[in-house]
Amino acid sequence: MADTTHDHAHGHDDQHDHKPGFVTRWFFSTNHKDIGTLYLIFAVVGGLVGGVLSEIMRAQLQFPNNHIVTDGQQWNTIITTHGLLMIFFSVMPALIGGFGNWFIPLMIGAPDMAFPRLNNISFWLLPPAFLLICIGLFMGESGSGWTLYPPLSNATYESGMGMDCTLFALHLAGASSLLGAMNFITTIFNMRAPGMTMHKLPLFIWAELVTAWLLVLAVPVLAGAITMLICDRNFGTAFFDPQGGGDPVLFQHLFWFFGHPEVYIMILPGFGIVSHVISTFSKKPIFGYLGMVYAMVGIGVIGFVVWAHHMYLSGMDVDTRAYFMGATMVIAVPTGVKVFSWIATMWGGSIEFKTPMLWAIGFLFVFTIGGVTGVVCANAGIDEVIHNTYYIVAHFHYVLSLGAVFSIFCGFYYWIGKMSGRQYPEFWGKVHFWLFFIGVNLTFFPQHFLGLAGMPRRYPDYPDAFAGWNYVSSVGAYISGISTLVFLYVCFKIFTSKVPVADNYWGEGATTLEWTQTSPPPFHTYAELPRIL
Amino acid sequence: MSSDAHGAPAPAGHGLKQPYHLVEPSHWPIIGALGGFLTLFGIVIAAHYHNYIMLVAGALIVITTMAGWWRDVVKESRTPGLHSKVVQLGLRYGMLLFISSEVMFFVGFFWAYFNFLLFPETQGNGQLVWPPTNVFTFDPFHLPLLNTMILLLSGTTVTWAHHALLEGNRRDLLRGLGLTVILGVLFTTFQAIEYSHAPFKFYGGGVYSSVFFLATGFHGFHVIVGTTFLAVCWFRAKANHFTPERHFGFEAAAWYWHFVDVVWLFLFACIYWYGAGIIAVE
Repeated sequence: MADTTHDHAHGHDDQHDHKPGFVTRWFFSTNHKDIGTLYLIFAVVGGLVGGVLSEIMRAQLQFPNNHIVTDGQQWNTIITTHGLLMIFFSVMPALIGGFGNWFIPLMIGAPDMAFPRLNNISFWLLPPAFLLICIGLFMGESGSGWTLYPPLSNATYESGMGMDCTLFALHLAGASSLLGAMNFITTIFNMRAPGMTMHKLPLFIWAELVTAWLLVLAVPVLAGAITMLICDRNFGTAFFDPQGGGDPVLFQHLFWFFGHPEVYIMILPGFGIVSHVISTFSKKPIFGYLGMVYAMVGIGVIGFVVWAHHMYLSGMDVDTRAYFMGATMVIAVPTGVKVFSWIATMWGGSIEFKTPMLWAIGFLFVFTIGGVTGVVCANAGIDEVIHNTYYIVAHFHYVLSLGAVFSIFCGFYYWIGKMSGRQYPEFWGKVHFWLFFIGVNLTFFPQHFLGLAGMPRRYPDYPDAFAGWNYVSSVGAYISGISTLVFLYVCFKIFTSKVPVADNYWGEGATTLEWTQTSPPPFHTYAELPRIL
Repeated sequence: MSSDAHGAPAPAGHGLKQPYHLVEPSHWPIIGALGGFLTLFGIVIAAHYHNYIMLVAGALIVITTMAGWWRDVVKESRTPGLHSKVVQLGLRYGMLLFISSEVMFFVGFFWAYFNFLLFPETQGNGQLVWPPTNVFTFDPFHLPLLNTMILLLSGTTVTWAHHALLEGNRRDLLRGLGLTVILGVLFTTFQAIEYSHAPFKFYGGGVYSSVFFLATGFHGFHVIVGTTFLAVCWFRAKANHFTPERHFGFEAAAWYWHFVDVVWLFLFACIYWYGAGIIAVE
C-alpha cells in the first residue's frame, strides 16, 4: 500500500545519504542496491556476449553449406559458451543477483542483506569466472556443450587448457551463487519486518527463497562432478573413464541432479516477478496466493527427483524411464496451478497494457508453449525420436531464453523507475517488446518443425531439406538482435532522461513495500523498521 | 503485497530502530575473488605447464583474505551494538546453510562411490565386482578404526569444552578445546601415514583409488579446516573472547567439527568397512 505512511527517518532527504567515494562504493561495496546494480550491468554484458554468439550461430545456419564458422571445433566451443554464458552470466545474475539483491531487502522491510560483505564477493567472483570462460572461448578448446559430458570433455577429446578454464569458471560461478543463496535464505528467514509472516511474504520473495534452496542443495553436486572431471583430465583419476573402471553415465547423473534444479533456478524468480506485474496491472491481488506459494515449493521439491529425463537414451532400463517420465509430468500440475492463477488474476481485472504487462503476458504465452512441449518431451517413447534434435532446442529456449528472459525484461521495465528514479520511454519499451516477441517466436517456433523432421542439434550444417525453416529461424534471430539494440537505446533514454518518477508510479495496483520508498530509494533504507499489519 | 486473503500491508514506522548489522565497505571480497581466480587459473597453468607461481600466489592471497576478513568479523563481534541477538541468529542460519551445502558436496562423492559399488564396471573372474579384483584394500580395523575412535573422542572433548564454557570454567574449556585440536592433528597424521602405505596408487590407479582418494582426501581437507577453526577458537578462548552467553564462533567450530565427524563415520562404514575387499598384507 504505497500511499500510506512513509518511513520518514530517511525517506526524502537524499542529501543526508552518506554515499562513499567511487572506488569504495563500487568495488568494496556492502550495499545491496549497489551490488544489485553491479549484477544487472554484468548480466547485460553477459547477455550481449552470449547474444552475439547466437547471432553468429544463426548466421552460419541461415543457409546450408555456409562458411561463416568454418572450424567445427570452434563451432562447438561457441555452442558451449553461448549456453554457459546465458545461464550463469546473464539469466542468473539478472534474476537472482540483480533483482534479488535489489528487492529482497526492499520488499521485506530489511535495511540490507544478512551478510553484506559476503554479498560483494558473490558478485566479484563472477567477472573472473567470465574471464576464464572467455579464455576457453578464444582458445576454442571447450567444445563439449554446456552439459560437459565426458568423453567429449575429457583429456582425449579436449586436451587443451581451455576446457579446464571453462570448468574452473563454473567452480567460481558456482561458489558465487552458493554464497549468494545462503545470504538470501538467511535474509528472508531472519530479517522480515515485524508482522511479515511467511504467508504474507510477497511472491517474488517466496520465489527467490525456493530458488536459493535449490542452489544450496544442487550446486555442490555439480562442484563435485566437475572436480572429478578436472581430476580425470589432469590428475590421472578414472571416474568417467571406462578404461579405469569408470562410468561416463555417472557424470550425466551428477550433472543433471544439478542441471534439472538449475532450470527451475532460472525460471522461479521469473514466476515471482510476473506474479507482481500481473497483479499490479490487473489492479487485483494475485489469485490463489497460497496455491502460488506452494506450487513453487512443489516445483522446487519435485525438481530434485526428475533429473534422468535428460538421459532417456543413456541406456537406462524401462522401469527407471517409466518412473522419471511419471515424476516429470507431475511437475505440470503445480506449473498449471501457476499459469491458471495468473490468468485468473487477470480475469475481471482492470488491465492496463503498459510495457511490463506486455512482457508478463508475453511470458505467459511463451512459457505455456514451452511447458506444453515439455510434457511432450517428458514422454520417454517420444523422446526416443526427438532427443538431441531441434525440438529440444525449441522447447528449452521457449521456457528459458523466452520465458526467463521475458521475465527479466518484465522486471526491468517494472522496477527501472524505482531503481533509477527515471521514467523509461513507454513507446520504445513497446517497440522493444514487439520486436523481441516476433523475433524470438520466429526463431524458435520453426525449430519444432526442424526437430520433428529429424534435424540434430549442435551441428554447423544440415541437408538442403531443412533449409526453409532454418532461413526463417535466422531471420527471427536478426529481428531479436535488432530488438536488443532497441533495448540499449531504451537504456540510453532512461539514463539521459530528465523525467523523475513518483514513489509509487504504478498506483493502486502496486502494493508491496518497495513502493513506499522514494524512487530511487535512499542509500540506506528502513533505518526504522516498517510494521506490516 | 499480492496476497488475496490479507490485502495490502500498511507499513508504519513504529519507532523500532533496525537491529541489523550494516557492515562497513570492505576490500576483502574483491581481493578474495582475485585470489580465487589466481588459484584456479594457477591450477590450470600448473597442470598444463608445470609452473606453480600463479597457484602459490593465488593461494597466499586467499589465505590472507581469510585471515583479514575473519579478523574483521572477530573485531566486529567484540564491538558493542554490532552483533545484536538477531544478527547472531543470522550467523547461525548462515553456518547451517554452509554445512548443508558441504553435505551436498560429499553426496556427490558418495553417489559416485555407490554407483561403482552397486553397479560395478570393473571385471574380476568373468563377472563385475567391487572392489576390482586387482585392488587390495586397507584393513578397516587397523588405522581406520583407530582414526574413527580418535574422531569420536574429539567429539566428546569438544562437548566437554562447550559445557565448561557454559559454566564459565575457562581452564577446562582450554583443556577440552586443546585436546580436540591435538586429536584433529593426530587424525590428519594417521591419515597421511595411511596414504603413504596405500596398496593402490592415485595417478592412473583406476576407479577404486580415484573415489577412495577424492572422498577421503576431501574429508581430510575438511579435517584440517576444522582443526584450524578450533585452534583459532582456542586462542580466542585464551584471550577471553567467549562468555557463557555469547560464543557463536566456538559453536560454529563445534558444529563444523561434528559435520566432519559424521562424514568420516559414513566413509568408515561405507568405504573402509562395507567396501573392503582382499586386505593388503604389509
